[in-house]
Amino acid sequence: MDERNFLFLFYGLAAAWILLAGYVLTLAAREKRLERQLDTLKRMLEQREKDG
Amino acid sequence: MGDAMRRTILYAMTALGALWLARNLYVILLALPDEVAQGAIYRIFFFHLPAWFTCFAAFFAAGLASLLYLIRKSPGYDAFAAAAVEVGVAFTAIGLVTGMVWARIIWGIWWTWDPRLTWAFITLLVYVGYLMLRRAIDEAAERAKNSAVLCIFAFTSVVITYKAIDWWRTQHPGAVLSFRTGGGTIDPAMESMLFQNWFALLLMAAALVLIRMRQERMAREIDGLRRRAHAL
Repeated sequence: MDERNFLFLFYGLAAAWILLAGYVLTLAAREKRLERQLDTLKRMLEQREKDG
Repeated sequence: MGDAMRRTILYAMTALGALWLARNLYVILLALPDEVAQGAIYRIFFFHLPAWFTCFAAFFAAGLASLLYLIRKSPGYDAFAAAAVEVGVAFTAIGLVTGMVWARIIWGIWWTWDPRLTWAFITLLVYVGYLMLRRAIDEAAERAKNSAVLCIFAFTSVVITYKAIDWWRTQHPGAVLSFRTGGGTIDPAMESMLFQNWFALLLMAAALVLIRMRQERMAREIDGLRRRAHAL
């Protein structure tokens, strides 16, 4: 392979993967937050229904 | 479609996308012929163009889903549109950044206000605006209706971005793909790899859309539970 500008090819590909990985991490964090909220709400409703 | 089926499709698409991408990386970096003038940096096109194709496809699908939402009022279409736009925005950012790195070497600058680049940036801003609009409206039906209208109109920005290299011949390179030029402007092996890598990125994008749609369903369930909690 012609290696001229290889460093910038690396920068470009690294930037693309970092952006994609960042988005995937955001998705994973959101999923955890939503699951937590869902669990909390379900438990709270069960408790209220038992009490009331 | 059941949850188990959705999960199976998701895993299958992710695995196929990852395998295909690994194989493509090998071909792009080691098997494809060199480009005479540009050196290694030309190989970034195999991610730059497919990233743009992927975001255009995502925005088109989101526009279509938004139109279907306005006709049928089914929340599934709204969830799909929101998911497709978010994934499309991620791939737009990848398209812009990889283009900037290429420009730094070939043009000597990171950015210029060329019509294609400017419209690409406007497209990114418009769809980020769509995501911000969704956050700003609490009521689900109102949010879905307003964002569906915006999503349909936003697609005009995608069309202008796509056609900008034909309408304004300035700094950004013109069309090279055979279906736009009639052939003879790109090595067939390189053109084939562009489409093969688009396929890999599309699979990844589809997997991300499925994950994001699941989150929209969870958010709807949370809204419903909150309403029940208030009513008790």
